Amino acid sequence: MSDLTTPAAYTLEDFRGSRKRMRTEHLVRAVLFLAALLSIVISVLIVASLVGEAWTFVSQVEAASLWSDGWFPRRGIYDIKTLLTGTLIVTVIAMAVAMPLGLGAAIYLSEYAPAGVRKLLKPVLEILAGIPSVVLGFFALTFLSPVIVQRLSSEATQFNIAAAGIGVGILTIPLVASISEDAMRSVPAALREASYGLGARKITTTIRVVIPAAVSGLVAAFIVAVSRAIGETMVVFIAAGATGGSLFSTDPFKPGQTMTAAIASQAAGTDQVRGAGLTFQSLFFVALLLFAITLVLNVLAGRFVQRVRQAY
Amino acid sequence: MALTTPAAQVGAIVPEQVRRQLTGRRSDTAGRIFQAVLIGAVAASVAVLGVLVYDMVQTGSGTLTGRLGDFLTGSLRSQPGESGLLQGLRGTFYIGVFTVVFAFPIGVGAAIYLEEYASKSRLSRFIDLNIRNLAGVPSVVYGILGLAIFVKALGSFTGPSSQGRSLISAGLTLAILVLPIVIITASEALRAVPGSLREAGYGVGATRWEVTRDHVLPYAAPGILTGTVLALARAMGEAAPLILVGAVTGFLSGGTELDPTTLGDRFTAMPIIITTWAGRPGPEWEQATAAAIVVLLVVVLLANAVAILLRNHYEKKRG
Amino acid sequence: MTDAPMVGSMPTSAPSRGGATVFDVHDVSVHYGDFRAVRDVSMQVKQHQITAFIGPSGCGKSTMLRCFNRMNDLIDTARVEGDISYHGVDLYDPAVNPVEVRRRIGMVFQKPNPFPKSIYDNVAYGPKVAGAKGNLDDVVEQALQGAALWDEVKDRLKESGMSLSGGQQQRLCIARAIATDPEVLLMDEPCSALDPIATGRIEDLMVEIKERYTIIIVTHNMQQAARVSDRTAFFTTEVSEESDRRTGLLVEFSDTDKIFTNPADERTENYVTGRFG
Repeated sequence: MSDLTTPAAYTLEDFRGSRKRMRTEHLVRAVLFLAALLSIVISVLIVASLVGEAWTFVSQVEAASLWSDGWFPRRGIYDIKTLLTGTLIVTVIAMAVAMPLGLGAAIYLSEYAPAGVRKLLKPVLEILAGIPSVVLGFFALTFLSPVIVQRLSSEATQFNIAAAGIGVGILTIPLVASISEDAMRSVPAALREASYGLGARKITTTIRVVIPAAVSGLVAAFIVAVSRAIGETMVVFIAAGATGGSLFSTDPFKPGQTMTAAIASQAAGTDQVRGAGLTFQSLFFVALLLFAITLVLNVLAGRFVQRVRQAY
Repeated sequence: MALTTPAAQVGAIVPEQVRRQLTGRRSDTAGRIFQAVLIGAVAASVAVLGVLVYDMVQTGSGTLTGRLGDFLTGSLRSQPGESGLLQGLRGTFYIGVFTVVFAFPIGVGAAIYLEEYASKSRLSRFIDLNIRNLAGVPSVVYGILGLAIFVKALGSFTGPSSQGRSLISAGLTLAILVLPIVIITASEALRAVPGSLREAGYGVGATRWEVTRDHVLPYAAPGILTGTVLALARAMGEAAPLILVGAVTGFLSGGTELDPTTLGDRFTAMPIIITTWAGRPGPEWEQATAAAIVVLLVVVLLANAVAILLRNHYEKKRG
Repeated sequence: MTDAPMVGSMPTSAPSRGGATVFDVHDVSVHYGDFRAVRDVSMQVKQHQITAFIGPSGCGKSTMLRCFNRMNDLIDTARVEGDISYHGVDLYDPAVNPVEVRRRIGMVFQKPNPFPKSIYDNVAYGPKVAGAKGNLDDVVEQALQGAALWDEVKDRLKESGMSLSGGQQQRLCIARAIATDPEVLLMDEPCSALDPIATGRIEDLMVEIKERYTIIIVTHNMQQAARVSDRTAFFTTEVSEESDRRTGLLVEFSDTDKIFTNPADERTENYVTGRFG
């Protein structure tokens, strides 16, 4: 314990601290900083590895082959609109499944569910989020396609875009539900009480007060889900059935190709990514396109999430 | 309607009348339909999970009950009735190991830097934004990264015998893929540590690292662990990046030994086996695929469930 | 050595009793980003005295307290201007290591914040990180005795610090602070989360240990300041000229008796008589 007399005058030396501890401190900080910096390095590597080969593709490909009647890279036919259309159809079907179910689940969990039910359902949705996409791909092919899609249309083939779209939709339900629920739960209770205080019913409060207040978050949920659907590979790869290539098609009941599945299917089934001319490079071009689209969507979604945070 | 009661009547309120006003049930049909629709949405989402699991177990039950031991320890064969998962299980196991060995320390380190060390400078905000965007990059793009870097550029290191198409390439690619998830969940766990705990540590003269190591990390450990297990499950279920880095989709000779010196050889993994078998015609392959899916689901969903329960347990404990 | 000049044209404080000057504060302002939280504080804190900081909320008394052990360093945007010297050493000299400062100048916080570890480990932690080797049993016992907690916990040192009552937890925090053998104890509203009985025990403890330590306490409780402190500093807020936001400032710093019975400044009088704040 301190003695009772005035301590001898201090000098700066007394406050420098143990060299060893300071060295550890600086070393740890440097190592942790490098770990954080690695994420930037990864981003740079992604862009760098995409851009080089993609540029080779763009500068060497014949313009006509980019707008022809299908995606057959091994034969030098690179119709990008085939992939974009396939991606669009899958995404639209996926959203038609995921938005109503995900939003409905979110509203129920946030506004209606008793605490006990909520505590039970949340983990179930989280487990649904943990199902690997290959599993949903197989489920889409062997269950959704014969049981649902082929009943909707007698024309539907076993491999079809619609089943893949529904599968992707199921995969994104938990994502929509979780982001939307977060947004609605961050609406202050005071707003709800104000509405109830005026004698409003629960449905009125939910639809007129809570949902409008959370709308930024709901938009974010939608955008993130779209981005996820566009980026989903294996469900389409397994269930949409266009492994070698695909003709241009707008029929959801027929096989089709998305950007992601096109990338994977060129690499699969052979020992190595190869093919005529620019096959290898076309893969990087499509991946760059995919990267750019999802990046824009994610940045956009981030803005909307930020808005929710600022508001409350 | 209480609100519409004319003021003039207030002086002469009849209790019976008030009672009727307050108990008068407005038939809330719209509200009830709305609630029914919401419950329907939840039920449908949960039902999907139930149907999926049931369907897989049902379809795969023959294989699982008939020859489980053989199925788990056998190699890939041309006949569905003889094929086993050992090579896939080994691949998936090592991918998990790579994730834990690389993504866990680097991810937690990055999260500690961002939450405990970095001032809110432009650089740290940029790193933060960058990590959020990385988390949204499609997995197939990570596959392209793995193909360009680990297979093509570094192939002589990652797999001299396989031209880079090795478990090392696959493991590193998936470690990079889940890194943002580890960082984000670890950051959340660190943010949940009360500031008073840090103050207590600094107050007695501990350095930043001492406070982090002795107080912040132990408190955040359950949350960090949960995030890591979720990331691990994600890595073990991914297929697209593995296809890009050259997982074997046909038959594979060897690839059954756990010996880490063989990590540079050709490989396959559970999701790849499922993908390959799903593309083969006939009910027998379908049954084998469903059985393989049940095996993968047991691993992945068990990891998920443990992580979620762990988190909920600690959340409850801390109120 | 001149007495601390007061803000503006304030009359200088009465000459203080007590010994050597521990802290010499000269024209200190603290900014959080663009916002100036407290401005132009000058004062001297004497050894083995209890100095109380009182004033309405937002007057910068806690901010000021946290300058003495450089706790403000932990806030990114915080910036301290002016001079604070501790026994003649400039606390904000670039060569000064805040970690060393905090070991010598201990702190007790508003809400009891024991580590979620055993009672023993709570107390032993400070000496351990400072490099103490070997058996710390004596250090732990002395610190717990110093905080008047030893008799209550000596049989359950292995139990979690969180298992104690609020008042005991706060005394554990005091024990933890004095275990590193500091000269000064900074106490930031240490009783605000405690009931009156626990508060009384902490106050008694403070008076008891001021023979060994120099204590600065921030309190919103004027009676507490009057009961325990030798010197009292009254802070208040004013709307700053640069912005619409309120900045804290030191109005009067004097012997506690004088502040409460015969304050020099009208604002002090209004506050201590309950007409304001």
